[in-house]
Amino acid sequence: MSSEPAGKPEAASPILSVKNIEVIYDHVILVLKGVSLDVPRGGIVALLGANGAGKSTTLKAISNLIRGERGEVTKGRVELKGERVDGMTPNDLVRRGCVQVMEGRHCFGHLTVEENLLTGAFTRRDGRKAIADELEKVYAYFPRLKERRGSQAGYISGGEQQMVAIGRALMSRPDLMLLDEPSMGLAPQLVAEIFEIVRRLNSEQNLSVLVAEQNTNMALKYATYGYILESGRVVMDGDCKALRENEDVKEFYLGVGGSDRKSFREVKSYKRRKRWLA
Amino acid sequence: MVEFGQFLEILIGGLLSGVLYSLVALGFVLIFKASGVFNFAQGAMVLLAGLALVRSLDFLVARGIPMPVAILMGLMFAGLVMALTAWLIERFVLGPLVNQDGLTLFMSTIGATFILEGAAQMIFGSDVYPLPLFPTDAWFLFESAFPGGILVNKLDVWGGLIAAILVAGLALFFQRTKTGRALRAVADDHAAAQSVGIPISWIWFVVWLVAGLVALVAATVWGTKLGVQFSITFLALKALPVLIIGGFTSVPGAIVGGLIVGAGEKLAEAYLGPQIGGGIEYWFAYVLALAVLLVRPQGLFGERIIERI
Repeated sequence: MSSEPAGKPEAASPILSVKNIEVIYDHVILVLKGVSLDVPRGGIVALLGANGAGKSTTLKAISNLIRGERGEVTKGRVELKGERVDGMTPNDLVRRGCVQVMEGRHCFGHLTVEENLLTGAFTRRDGRKAIADELEKVYAYFPRLKERRGSQAGYISGGEQQMVAIGRALMSRPDLMLLDEPSMGLAPQLVAEIFEIVRRLNSEQNLSVLVAEQNTNMALKYATYGYILESGRVVMDGDCKALRENEDVKEFYLGVGGSDRKSFREVKSYKRRKRWLA
Repeated sequence: MVEFGQFLEILIGGLLSGVLYSLVALGFVLIFKASGVFNFAQGAMVLLAGLALVRSLDFLVARGIPMPVAILMGLMFAGLVMALTAWLIERFVLGPLVNQDGLTLFMSTIGATFILEGAAQMIFGSDVYPLPLFPTDAWFLFESAFPGGILVNKLDVWGGLIAAILVAGLALFFQRTKTGRALRAVADDHAAAQSVGIPISWIWFVVWLVAGLVALVAATVWGTKLGVQFSITFLALKALPVLIIGGFTSVPGAIVGGLIVGAGEKLAEAYLGPQIGGGIEYWFAYVLALAVLLVRPQGLFGERIIERI
């Protein structure tokens, strides 16, 4: 399974399928206006877009952390491994193998690194031995965390905190990880290091990943398929290779567009693809 | 020598009665730590636990059940009542208010206070009920060293012992168990705890249950001291300076804060009282708390907020 190249999301039975969801905050603020996307089993899918496009909201709508922020999925459906999961608690979702790594890392500052990792195993019922093994596995991916296992997580560096956040999520043995902005506030070298580890997790543990990123360049390099969000709508999607070649993506998200374009009037406007009619 | 003996007697008496304040303060700390809610209802919970215990005890003893068995059954019944209370509060008060402002939650606990006080007295009665769980007479220690010896109240010693066991138990629970670790995680970051699959509503139930059981322990000691009666709810006011001095988020802080308040007010009464007119005991703790607030707002053991720059 892991050796199989992750194809287009249309390929048989995606691990995650989001169908035309609409999200409203506080009963009035419409944030997502019909977002649909698929994550294939064993794939890395990037969710791209500017600030406020709805990337984080999409991830939180999937993991249902959104209800804690008084948001609500009012339309559409979310399916995990073919089972409808919208309306479940985050706890249910973690049990079913879908875990979110939140934007801004959110480590438990007063707990040690190791305690942080162990909280990730809260939903597991397979005994101390299995959890201890998992811990060693996480340390194998993040050797730096093993050195700092006794430090309070509030005092370690930003990169290490991001590693704690990812390692903590791994402790629940997920099949699908929702990774929100892992590059935030980190040095480019660290960003590459973290994406490299995500790629290894993807190929070695067959972990499917949906990653929301502003760092389009990095995300397109590591992901296989990408969706571009603009003000709550998917405006474009395609293989990452195709997206990298696309003139408008180059211009607006990669900042390497040709120098010949001068006016915004010439920019092609993308209509929402009405996937739910297809 | 007489003076030193007297000093020692006041100090020991003060420290031990301080532990009793700590017992009440502990309940506040647990809930504040885990949910950031200042639980105004803690005093009412002590009353409820005390009433449930003493009334079921009376009931059982009247049915001819031997005292030790009756005490055990009474404690279990009161524990169940506290569990039910925790569940109801999570389900109907805090659950619907999840992610609201701290002040909103605080106000909701004031509401819960009135309901608990009313319900407790409606169900179990509103008289003063004596609770003879612990001996209330006194020991005289070191009679050879000091003329007349040092008077130590047995009940206070019991209170100290129970508090020590309770704190050790809580420390083990928080540091060594999975649920304890999850409780600390929730205290640090609700959203992140949810994201790794820790069910918040379950955690809050556990926290309120533990606070309820701490209230029950406080009720056994205070009930023996004062009789179980409505004025027990005012203990919450005595716990406030303890919390400010010790820090709202620290279990050891609650203990040390209690010791400082207990010893401080008794010593002040004895040595400052004659100079400035007596009755110091009733307000000394609040002045002490004010001084701590000025110098160290997070309290002696309170957690500084960790901020990375």
